Amino acid sequence: MRHLLSAADLSREDAIRLLDTAAQMAATQSREIKKLPTLRGRTVVNLFFEDSTRTRISFETAAKRLSADVINFSAKGSSVSKGESLKDTALTLHSMGADAVVVRHWASGAPYQLAHSGWLGTVDSPVAVLNAGDGTHQHPTQALLDAFTIRRHLVGRAGGAGRDGVGKDLTGLKVAIVGDVLHSRVARSNVNLLHTLGAEVTLVAPPTLLPVGVESWTCATSYDLDATLTGWCPDAVMMLRVQRERMSGGSGAFLPSPQEYSRRYGLDKRRLGALPDHAIVMHPGPMNRGLEISAQAADSDRSVIVEQVANGVAVRMAALYLLLAGGSSAEGTSL
Amino acid sequence: MNFGLPAEPELGTTVLGPDDIQRALTRIAHEIVERAKGAADVVLLGVPTRGVPLAQRLAQRLAAIDAGFDPAAALGELDVTMYRDDLHRNPTRTIGVTRLPASGIDGRVVVLVDDVLFSGRTIRAALDAISDLGRPRAVRLACLVDRGHRELPIRPDFVGKNLPTSAAEHVQVRLAEIDGEDAVVISGRGGVDAGEER
Repeated sequence: MRHLLSAADLSREDAIRLLDTAAQMAATQSREIKKLPTLRGRTVVNLFFEDSTRTRISFETAAKRLSADVINFSAKGSSVSKGESLKDTALTLHSMGADAVVVRHWASGAPYQLAHSGWLGTVDSPVAVLNAGDGTHQHPTQALLDAFTIRRHLVGRAGGAGRDGVGKDLTGLKVAIVGDVLHSRVARSNVNLLHTLGAEVTLVAPPTLLPVGVESWTCATSYDLDATLTGWCPDAVMMLRVQRERMSGGSGAFLPSPQEYSRRYGLDKRRLGALPDHAIVMHPGPMNRGLEISAQAADSDRSVIVEQVANGVAVRMAALYLLLAGGSSAEGTSL
Repeated sequence: MNFGLPAEPELGTTVLGPDDIQRALTRIAHEIVERAKGAADVVLLGVPTRGVPLAQRLAQRLAAIDAGFDPAAALGELDVTMYRDDLHRNPTRTIGVTRLPASGIDGRVVVLVDDVLFSGRTIRAALDAISDLGRPRAVRLACLVDRGHRELPIRPDFVGKNLPTSAAEHVQVRLAEIDGEDAVVISGRGGVDAGEER
């Protein structure tokens, strides 16, 4: 595999290899000198057609910590706002000698198109495409960093496996993903990856925010957060952001009111207390405090939200390493 | 790995047996103490894979020679994968564990421990890795076998055995902790086996 386009493409072995590599990368990030010479001379282009702060910064940090050169390209104020097509942007990047393109796009499937169209790279010098979020489709590095965080906390420390759970999968763990599943690529990627790694997933959302066809996904669904928290006892609760910018008719199209959503599906102090003692609270960010998550829950010691950000750098370093470090001719890039 | 099982028959010549390896390590341990004038400042860093058990064995011997030497506080492992100069020529390598003693390596005498010294490129990578981790007072190199064919100006301080070889041969160090037996084996004298690229 030469690209990282979808969490569904990853086998269990690929995913564990990525997480184990991320664990070693994370270990280097506690050193005084965090920079490694591994990708010296390689060029990584961050191609962002959609606003993003943390994912772009995270990818940029990861590439720089591995000594790659980073070029940031955002659609705003660029040739794209003058009407350039994805194809012409890709051809431009290719002629500049990019080795990897990290792409975020509002259209589902844009990274796949970039990877398989032949616009980027040749047989001799392929260009790796990393999906940093496309439409409502996939966000594989977010799912990987979530799985890494879950493994570190619930397999490594609590499970007694030691060494951050290196080499282990997530068999037997229960993860509840709560909120705006309909618009969430994070939820889709997590359902794929967590299932691959052996965890059970329940999606909790109001009926209007579950997509059509969700019954074919490898997960359970629920409309009732309280029943799921007390009856199912999840090991991790992942709160999703309510994506108001994607709800075309204003929030009224999907929700009666933000207050009602918050009361039925928000993680507040009472629901936090109903969780098992070892359970962790996650959020992919950015948070709407007071809507899907209360300040008490976000700032509690159960919350691993800040740690997720740090783990994001390690996971992206691992993805860049596995896609870029090996020889281009060697047929061994087994990601 | 065939842990505890008898080793599969090897086509090759055994040049060092278990006793030879034990004697060589004991001698290296004494040389390390002599050179550092005591073992107090010494930190042993094993280079994976087989440098790690060798460093552990050396640490036991240093503790036997100098009672003030604490193996737990002066033993580590150093993975050099991310510092290699041949990453781009090979399939992607798996990154190993780097673990330093809690007190770090600043001001200490670091002894790098590896099984076979060949081109010297692994040690070059290890030196770069060390300079990112701290500033030791000195860095020394111990290896069980020096087979020659250096490609860089690097030489070992402590050698178990000098083994003149041809570049086409394959030198394999087998250790009880990993391979179930202690032996140093040369194979591929006919040039059939290209040997592990180091």
